[in-house]
This record gives sequence, C-alpha cells and structure tokens, in this order.
Amino acid sequence: MKTHVIVFPGSNCDRDVAVAIQNIIGSSPEMVWHKDSTINQSDLIVVPGGFSYGDYLRCGAMASTSPIMKSVIENANKGVPVMGICNGFQILIESGLLQGALMRNSSLSFICRDIIIKPTNTKTIFTNKSTISKMPIAHNEGNYFANSNQIKEIEDNDQIAFQYCDENGDINAHSNPNGSINNIAGVFNKSKNVLGMMPHPERAAESIHGCDDGRNIFESLLS
Amino acid sequence: MTSSNWHFDTEKSLVESHGLKLDEFEKIVEGLGREPNLTELGIFSAMWNEHCSYKSSKYWLKKLPTSGERVIQGPGENAGVVDIDDGDVAVFKMESHNHPSFLEPYQGAATGVGGILRDVFTMGARPVANMNALRFGDPNHPKTKHLVSGVVGGIGGYGNCIGIPTVGGEVNFHPSYNGNILVNAMTVGIAKKDKIFYSAAAGIGNPVVYVGSKTGRDGIHGATMASAEFDDDSEEKKPTVQVGDPFTEKLLLEACLELMKEDAIIAIQDMGAAGLTSSSIEMASKGNVGIDINLSKVPMRAANMTAYELMLSESQERMLMVIQPKKEELARSIFKKWDLEFEVIGEVTDTKKLILHMDGEEQASIPINILVEDAPEYQRDYIVNDPSPLISFESKDFEDKDIISDLLKMISHPNLCSRKWIWEQYDHMVMADTVVRPGSDASVVRVHGTNKGIAISTDCSPTYCRHNPYEGGKHAVVETWRNIVASGAEPIAITDCMNFGNPEKPEIMGQFVECIRGMGDACSKLNYPVISGNVSLYNETNGEGIYPTPAIGGVGLIRDLSNTMTIDLKNEGNVLYLIGESDNHLGNSHYLSIIQNREDGGTPSINLDDELKNGKFILNCVAKKLLKSVHDVGEGGVLVAIAEMCISGKQGIKIDITKDFLHGFFFGEDQARYLVEVSQNKLEQLEIDASKSAVKIERIGEIGGTSISINSIGEVELSSIIDHHTKWFNEF
Repeated sequence: MKTHVIVFPGSNCDRDVAVAIQNIIGSSPEMVWHKDSTINQSDLIVVPGGFSYGDYLRCGAMASTSPIMKSVIENANKGVPVMGICNGFQILIESGLLQGALMRNSSLSFICRDIIIKPTNTKTIFTNKSTISKMPIAHNEGNYFANSNQIKEIEDNDQIAFQYCDENGDINAHSNPNGSINNIAGVFNKSKNVLGMMPHPERAAESIHGCDDGRNIFESLLS
Repeated sequence: MTSSNWHFDTEKSLVESHGLKLDEFEKIVEGLGREPNLTELGIFSAMWNEHCSYKSSKYWLKKLPTSGERVIQGPGENAGVVDIDDGDVAVFKMESHNHPSFLEPYQGAATGVGGILRDVFTMGARPVANMNALRFGDPNHPKTKHLVSGVVGGIGGYGNCIGIPTVGGEVNFHPSYNGNILVNAMTVGIAKKDKIFYSAAAGIGNPVVYVGSKTGRDGIHGATMASAEFDDDSEEKKPTVQVGDPFTEKLLLEACLELMKEDAIIAIQDMGAAGLTSSSIEMASKGNVGIDINLSKVPMRAANMTAYELMLSESQERMLMVIQPKKEELARSIFKKWDLEFEVIGEVTDTKKLILHMDGEEQASIPINILVEDAPEYQRDYIVNDPSPLISFESKDFEDKDIISDLLKMISHPNLCSRKWIWEQYDHMVMADTVVRPGSDASVVRVHGTNKGIAISTDCSPTYCRHNPYEGGKHAVVETWRNIVASGAEPIAITDCMNFGNPEKPEIMGQFVECIRGMGDACSKLNYPVISGNVSLYNETNGEGIYPTPAIGGVGLIRDLSNTMTIDLKNEGNVLYLIGESDNHLGNSHYLSIIQNREDGGTPSINLDDELKNGKFILNCVAKKLLKSVHDVGEGGVLVAIAEMCISGKQGIKIDITKDFLHGFFFGEDQARYLVEVSQNKLEQLEIDASKSAVKIERIGEIGGTSISINSIGEVELSSIIDHHTKWFNEF
C-alpha cells in the first residue's frame, strides 16, 4: 500500500501516524511537505494532527490553503482514501471536503483523555473492522456542529463515522467530552472515501499505549 | 537615549534602577577604566543580576555532587546530559519562571516552558517530555484561582502546540506563596551521544548567526525584574513579561534539529534570560574569544529600536549560533524553508571583548572577563536556626477521631486531591511514546524506537524544608528517587530549581545553605548527582519570603519497559504489603495540617541507608517480576497511598492489621516506605527476599471488593472515595 502523510508547519502528530502506518500497514509512508504541489498514486493520504500554523486565524484555516491541499482534494475526488485526524479533521472541513464545523470544546478548555467511540457505519473502507473502541482525544476545538439540514443529510446518507459513547455503547450526554452535536466524533464525505475524526487512533496502536483499539481503523484499510 | 550628557554621581538612581549596588557600579568603572555608557550599563545589569550571575548561590552550589558514571555534562551548559546506554543520552534541566508567572500567569508559564524547551534542544536533543513543579497560595486566596487557571492554561497552551507531551508534575498550595507563586518547568530530551552541541564559540572570523523570531521590545529587564522582590506596585512590572509563540518555537525546533544533522554548527546558545546579551557573552566566554556584533543587522519587530533595547530584549524563540562559513548557505536555506529569520549579525574575534556597533557607531566595548569572571560573587552571611522540635504523638490524643472520615477529608483537600483537572488540559500523549501517564509516582516515556524508557519525577516538600531545611533538602532529593524506583527505573541524576526568599537576609541564606547540605548528602549517598539547575531568589512580597523550595526533577532509566511499574492495583486476590519501618511520625504531616490545622511536630528525619536498602530491594523485586504494582508512601501517609492505589486501579481492599496507634500508622509520614502488590504465588518469595535483605515488610490486606474496609473500623465505598478525590478541582 502506498501511503502519504502531509506535513504542515506546526503538524505534530505526523511522526506518530507514520509509525502506526509502518507498524500496522507494513510500509512506511511518504512524508509530503505542504509546499509540494502533487501527490501521484496514493492508496491513503493522511492529514495528521497538530497545530498547523499555530491554529492562528482559525484551526485548519490556513493549512487548507497550502499548495498541497489542491492535490489532496483532487485525489479525494478521484476516490483515494483521505483521513484527517484531529487538526487534520479541522483542515478537511476548512478545505470543504467534509461538512460541518469544529467549535471550541463546551468546557472551554483543552481536553486530553481516553474516550470511547462507536462506529455508526461499518460498511466503509475505514470502519469495516471497527467495533466499540477506546482511544485518546487531545483538542481544544473538537465540538462538532452542523445545522439541522446538514445533520439530516449526513444521517440519511450514513455519513456519521463515529459517535462518543459509554463502555456499553450507549450514546448519551455523559459520554460526550466536548459538546459535539449528536455525540459526533467523526464524519465521512458522501462517497465515504474521506474520513475526519477527532480521536487519535495512532495513539492507541500498540500495547505500550495501554490500548490498541485504534489499530482497527488502519486494519480496515488493508482488507 | 544617548550616553553623553549625564554623570553617574548624579544618577545613583539610574544605577539602582538597573538592580546594581553602588559598589558593583564602582567595580564596573574600575574594570572598564571609565564609566560605562547606558547600553553597557544595561549589559552589566543583565549579566550581574542574581538570575544570570548566581552571585549569592555560586559558592554553595559548587558543594553539590555533579559527577558520576553516567554524567556526560554537568551544570554549566544549557542543560545537563546523562548516558542512557546504546549511544543514547538524556538531556534535561528545570528552570523557574516565578516572577513573570505571578504578574501574567498565562504568558509567564508559557514562556517558562518555551525557555526550558530551547535549553534542551540547543544541546541537540529532541525534547520528549515536559514536567513541572507548581506552588500556589492559599486555595481560598482571591488570586489563587486566577493564577492556577492561567498557569495551567499557559503550560498547556505552549506544550500542546509545540507537540511535546506534558507528562506530569506536582502542585501544592500554601499561604507562603500568596504573593509569589512558583512555576518551575522541566524538559527532558533525547540525543545521540556523538551529536551533542555546546555553546563555546570558536574559529576567529566565523560568522555569528541570529535565527528565529524578530526582536521586539518585550521582556526588557525581565531577568533583572526576576532578581528583585515584589511590593504593592509590582503589577506595573507586567510589561517585563515576554509573550510566547509556540508555533514559531516548533519551527525553530525542527529547523535547528535539521541543521544539526549537517556538520554546520560550531556553537549554539538560546536567547533566554537577558537575550542577546547573555547568549553572546556566554558563547564568547566559554570559547575564550571575543564577539563583534552589528546590531543594525538584528531582525527587528519594532521601528527605531536602540542598541540598549536590542541587547536587553527577551523576545522569545530566538537562538544564536556560530557556524562553519562554508555551510552558511545550507543553513540559510533550512531556516528559509521553515519561514524563520536567519541573519549573520557578527563574527568571532580574538579581542576577548564584546564589541557592538549600530549604524556605523560603536555602542559598547567590554572585555568578556570583566562581565563573567569578575562578576560579583558573595558569601552572604547566614544563620542556621534550630529545626522545629519533634513532637511525639500518642494514641490517646486521637481516640475521638474517625479514621474513615479523616481519610475522606484528606483526599478531598487541594493538596492531596486528584490533579486530573490539570493534566487533562495538557496533551500528555503526543509523540505516542507515553508509557506511564500523569498520576503515578513517576511518569515514563519510551525512548523512541527502542524498548527502554525514561522515568521522570518532580518533587519537594516546602513545609519539611521550612521546619528543617537540612532534612527537607534531603527529602526533596529522596522523594524523586523513590518515585523513580517505584516506577521500576534505575535513578540516574537530578536537576534542581532552588526557589528561596531574599538571600541578603541571613536566615533565608541559612535555609539555602542547609537545603544544599541536605541535598548534597542525599545525592552522594544515592549516587544521584545534580547535572543542571537554576536558582530563583528574592521570592518575596512586601518583605515576606516564601517557604524554602528546592524543587527537584529526577530522571531514571528503565532498560526493559516490561518492568515498568504503576500505582494502580491490578487484581482481586493479590496482597498488599508495606515495605519499610513505620514510626508514627505525624509531625508536619498532611494529617496535622489538613485535619488539625497545625504546622508543627518537626520534619521526619531520613535515614539514607534505609532509603538505599529499601529502594534496591524494590528494584530487585521488580527485576524478578514479583510485583504487580508499587507506590511510594509519601504525602498523607499509608492510608492516603492505599486510597490512591485503589482509585487508580478501581479496586477495593480489605485491610487487616492490628496496631496500637492507628492514626499514627495510617497517617504518619515516616520515610523510605513503599506499598507493593503481590500475587498469591509470589508471596513466599517476597518474604524470603525481604528477610535476606533485612528489609521490614508488613502485610496490609487483600485486594478486592468495591470498598476500602479496615478491620474493626469500618468501610467506605470506592465510588465515595473517588467523588471526594475529584470534587475540589471539578468545582474549580
């Protein structure tokens, strides 16, 4: 599998996701500098977490205009799997590949801790091996919002990828860490080849992390 | 401003406003053979303040042990370096940012983190973990909440953005910090042994290069401000606090590490306290050379900046380097790629002077040795007060006290309650190498790409130090050592952050001297040297000093991560043992302060032989895989430690012990003790080994159930314990 990880100034989970890809998918990804303009032939493009451009202006806003994003969008439109994690999710929203918005956490503070998510649609390339999974979140702006028309649209089209839930898989206010509407933790584009998610599967990818539930997302891509 | 029209005999106040004493000023005139101009006066002020010159502390710091088998670089560089096998080294240091954090908590704390990160990556290391040691005033003081929120926000804001995990730390509250909080930040980095970078300038004619952010007017006189006491007008000093930009620091980190892979850098020094002044002088002094700087070339953020302002600015995210002339273009291209300033601002000379020019005119010319070797050094007067007397408590004093309700009160107190509210605001998992998260005795990060780990702990008990500075100094060292042992690691070395009041007061100086003596004895006995550190004096407001606070950051090595230990109880049916001697020492304990609102009874004394013996016993048991969990018995005593293990592991315990003086046993703070969890099939081995090593062990009880129950006393549900433990910060 030929994979690519985009590196923006301020990306800081680029190495972490590269290690997870190497360990799980079995080949090391090509790291692509944001000023490059083309990605040829990819089986997976990852837009990693971090603080691209220091989160200045608005999280993901400046990175979404980097030269490489044109190629990411072209590849996405051709059906290449594209995955945005945390700040990567914010960038994919800002670039228009995904719907909705990510607002400041309802607690108004940064949150770093384990949460539990439930796959809402397990018939996609990213989630065909997904079950209820524990993995960390680490963000200040992960409060997903979409207006009622958009919510209806993404629900009708099975575009919700993951929802925050409790240990029993119940989706309730208590298990919602950041105020996201309908506990949404991740969404797809219409054709389900673009995934954006706030939780970090690459930080729950080997036993040393205390939990390796994040592997199932990468393993899904292999099957 | 120019220097031509004023005379110092009429400008005493100018000298004093630069934090210099008149006799120090006379020393300057004598050294130069003339009066300094304003820029030069500013430079002397920046170099000779307490923060940069260590003039009150140097004599005593030299008494600390600083060498050992694993020490590659001791104090004196940007950070210390220790060998962690396989060609890898750990680079670490702790530094204070107390004064700025009190004035402007968010930026003060943020730039404290930024500064210590730069100290570590200047040495060629990639930072892998941040830690901190924080002290705030009375929890009910009107400023405390604002300061806690700001400091925690600033530490998180900087560390999260740059992408270095903040893996742990310690937080305490005491009224002695009402007017002067302490923010001590520590960074640990990993480098290759053959790729360590130092600050000694070399090679006459080699270019001196400025990289990073532009220079603005922020932070002018920051280090001088940090070398003075506070009073009611200290709010006016807010403009001396710098503003941090973690995004630029991330770029600077990556650009520096990229350039360090090339054979381009001869010397590198971060521009921290006293900015361009101290970085250029340090590099010249270490290399025994001179440096010429053309200040017109310094990238400036504001218009019309003067030589004085450029030399004293503490704008953040800047570095000074001497590079190989042939690699100049390569270096420039790397910094351009990362959108950072790169400017050749001067050259190395053989004059052994710092010579500054601006707009074609000479602005300063000072022999380096006057600034550095001839800097004032004081052996200040000191008085060692007798330690607070020991009080022997007896069982009958506690007959009407209920152990369970006392436990709940204690674990809900700000000094013992859960710090989850704090560490959840820190990204403690970025880099994906965090093995033990905050909340255990020591935090552990994996050395990337290997199966070994670094254990880190910060600690200090200021109350112990206040009532017995010698034992308190020992305790601070030993507590981190014990925490590292409890994580299954071999302790290697420490960094220290010496926070004290005004050293011109003999009793404060006496505290300093005694703490150093205690630390030195502990370090020597435990083979646990000091490899870096920082001194912060004048932590006083309106004449009231803080408690003596020698905060220690310890580092250890776990060769095989499968031997990592944590505090959470693992399995029902396992047995909990107490290792070490208990002697009901309630003096200056958390029990007395929280339950009885008393601060007396004396600091527990530390038997370093017992510490060594018991610590080695724990590490031997870890190596033999006898233990399931380990927790050092520290603040609050045995029962608080048991509760922490239960909370962390979500397991109950049935405690079954017989004691004449239960309060003394459960809440006493005797030293050199650990709690260990052992499975049934390893009990016999543990007992045999303990007997062979002459280590005292006591069976405490069996793990299981949903409550902590104590025979003959009663029980309390775990859910209630957890509620009490998390309540205070949740309502913060």
